[in-house]
Amino acid sequence: MEPNELKIREKQAESAEKIAAQGTRVFVCAGTGCVANGSLEIIEKLKEAGINVQTIQEKKMTVVPTGCHGFCEKGALMVIPDLHFTYTKVKLSDVPEIIESIKTGVPVDRLLYVDPITNEKIAKNEEINFYAKQHRTSLCNCGHINPEDIDDAVAIREYEALEKVIRTMTPEEVVKEIMDSGLRGRGGGGFPTGRKWMFTQAAKSPTGKKYVVCNGDEGDPGAFMDRSVMEGDPHKLLEGMAIAGFAVGADEAYIYVRAEYPLAIKRLRIAIAQAEERNLLGKNILGTDFSFSIHIKEGAGAFVCGEETALIASIEGERGMPRPKPPFPANKGLFGMPTLINNVETLANVPLIMLNGASWFASMGTEKSKGTKTFALTGEVNNTGLIEVPMGTTLREVIFDIGGGIRNGKKFKAAQIGGPSGGCLTEKHLDLPLDYDSLIQAGAMIGSGGLVVMNEDTCIVDTAKFFMNFTQSESCGKCVPCREGTKNMLKILDNITKGKAKMEDLDLLQELARSIQAGSLCGLGKTAPNPVLSTLKYFYDEYVAHIKEKRCPAGVCSALRTITIDADKCKGCTKCARNCPAGAIKGEIRKAHEIDQAKCIKCGACISNCPFKAIKEA
Amino acid sequence: MSPKTICLDKVDSIIDSVGNKQSNLIAILQHVQAEYNYLPSDALVRIGVKMGISPATVYGVATFYSQFSLEPKGKYQIKCCDGTACHVRGSNPVLNAIRVKLGLEDGKYSTKDGLFSIETVSCLGACGLAPVVVINDKVYPQMTPDKIKKTIDDIRNEEEGE
Repeated sequence: MEPNELKIREKQAESAEKIAAQGTRVFVCAGTGCVANGSLEIIEKLKEAGINVQTIQEKKMTVVPTGCHGFCEKGALMVIPDLHFTYTKVKLSDVPEIIESIKTGVPVDRLLYVDPITNEKIAKNEEINFYAKQHRTSLCNCGHINPEDIDDAVAIREYEALEKVIRTMTPEEVVKEIMDSGLRGRGGGGFPTGRKWMFTQAAKSPTGKKYVVCNGDEGDPGAFMDRSVMEGDPHKLLEGMAIAGFAVGADEAYIYVRAEYPLAIKRLRIAIAQAEERNLLGKNILGTDFSFSIHIKEGAGAFVCGEETALIASIEGERGMPRPKPPFPANKGLFGMPTLINNVETLANVPLIMLNGASWFASMGTEKSKGTKTFALTGEVNNTGLIEVPMGTTLREVIFDIGGGIRNGKKFKAAQIGGPSGGCLTEKHLDLPLDYDSLIQAGAMIGSGGLVVMNEDTCIVDTAKFFMNFTQSESCGKCVPCREGTKNMLKILDNITKGKAKMEDLDLLQELARSIQAGSLCGLGKTAPNPVLSTLKYFYDEYVAHIKEKRCPAGVCSALRTITIDADKCKGCTKCARNCPAGAIKGEIRKAHEIDQAKCIKCGACISNCPFKAIKEA
Repeated sequence: MSPKTICLDKVDSIIDSVGNKQSNLIAILQHVQAEYNYLPSDALVRIGVKMGISPATVYGVATFYSQFSLEPKGKYQIKCCDGTACHVRGSNPVLNAIRVKLGLEDGKYSTKDGLFSIETVSCLGACGLAPVVVINDKVYPQMTPDKIKKTIDDIRNEEEGE
């Protein structure tokens, strides 16, 4: 079949026409981050103020709410591609000036992005370093389309790959294409996607029924790429799932979304309904024999459900506890049927691979890690947000070029990658290529791509304790080493941060870590000790300082802090007492104040509030 | 705020509308919690009986997932994010400030007047705005102990004004 004979061509032309009729499109981010910064009100006001406005290009203007642009730090974000304007930190009160700028073609100067290094103002999106150094493929449409309008998706060739696949390819050819692309699972494990598809395709189902499940239970704290795809470009995910369904022989699918993502759930529901209406999902898609329906299952808050067998248990309405493998889900998964489980980002790459070819995808990345990877860049960097770079990009490029370096001129200390299953990278890893295998070698893992940057004020032991606290409370309790071991590791870490530990405890930590790794059924337990092991390896001295000197070098561990007021410097202004959240500061006006150490929660609010620098920490 | 009088007919109609299959149990519990603001124990038993699964199984599921609460939640449900990004940017001082502001002793998660309840969540996916607090469905970005105290004051004042 010739590409021009595809039925979708007609739909593409119709959609493109509808979009052209919108005139100058003003994209306002309506992702979770920008909504928190008031973007919904801005959208409403812009719509109201934009009626009858004639733009500099002599067109009408249309306000388009989009998904996440990734640059959440600068929200609310607004992009007007036709005029090459990018506005950052937009507020409701800026609307009249924005309208004026659309009429005149002269940008509102103060809303333009200022480069943190050169101090230059930049209007064009593609010239902002944060975007310029990225290579957006799975996120390529997020922020550039209206996720609640299928015309936007169809006009930019979404669902074209699906039709191409079902009309011109055999399932075997589809699986081969995915194999050849070298795509590996983006949810953490990094298992070759093509092989998973092959196993599910080959599996015999007792009734002929097979399922596709999309894992949208993005539980790693500090990761939000899946949320962005589901909120910003839901059709790409649906298309990827349908292609997967065709390849493995499934006609029904579930998307398991965590309940903490209400907006993603809403947008997915809208997208599914619109796709069914256009016959792009549902019965006999585009007049072919292939039918495919997608349901949404809301999670209920359990990290372990990110593990595929636990996720299946949860969809079946049970406690989300992992099951032994084998049997693998490919042979016996959801409701006992062969099931393909892939993560959101993995599936979002599928339509692009089918459209552009396996060799296009394989041309990006490194020898064993192909394509691009999204990272949620957060913590103490100047530009926090969601980024996408080719596999093998170095940590230095990510933190210093795209991230714009460390905030407030502080020093880089470590980057925590891969969430609670991952590890810490230090200064000596800055030139390490970020790919599956290099990271494993360095004692970390790519995980889902959460990348939290820490500066000299972050206590490494506290961070390790933070992750252990997380895995301990999320352990489902099935395997004793994980259930009891994480509890004991947490206890030891807690003692260290309180100055109550002994040097022998460090050996005990390592021993417990090994037992948990060896004796746990699922990934949660197997990887739970990673943050402790990697920090012990790279920041051993910091552990020792807590234990031997009863000192927290970063000044974070509150039990090791004492805050006192210098009676000579204190003027008795009462500001500290008024700001103390614990009511721990007493004193008469114009007389030196005192801190009740028993009540003090060591938050440091008084230190930052004191106008006379009379409060010090020892 | 006293919990709603429990009319179990509502539970029945939720089960009927969602569908009487075990795979719908979590969705049913979510609907019931949305209706009553928590999961009353009578409702759990009713769900088990009506769906033909043991109440112990229902209880097991209800206590496994952190979204479900067997205690009534406050009118304003404060979720303080303690994901990695929020933690690194100081979510603990914010959480402490909320607890002190609400006068919550250790082990208590809701105020006596039923106005506020507090929980920590592991990540809301708004890491670019860390630290984040969510009250009901509204996201409050880049929180500090001072900002959150003022927000709580504002809510209290508004409630008293009504």
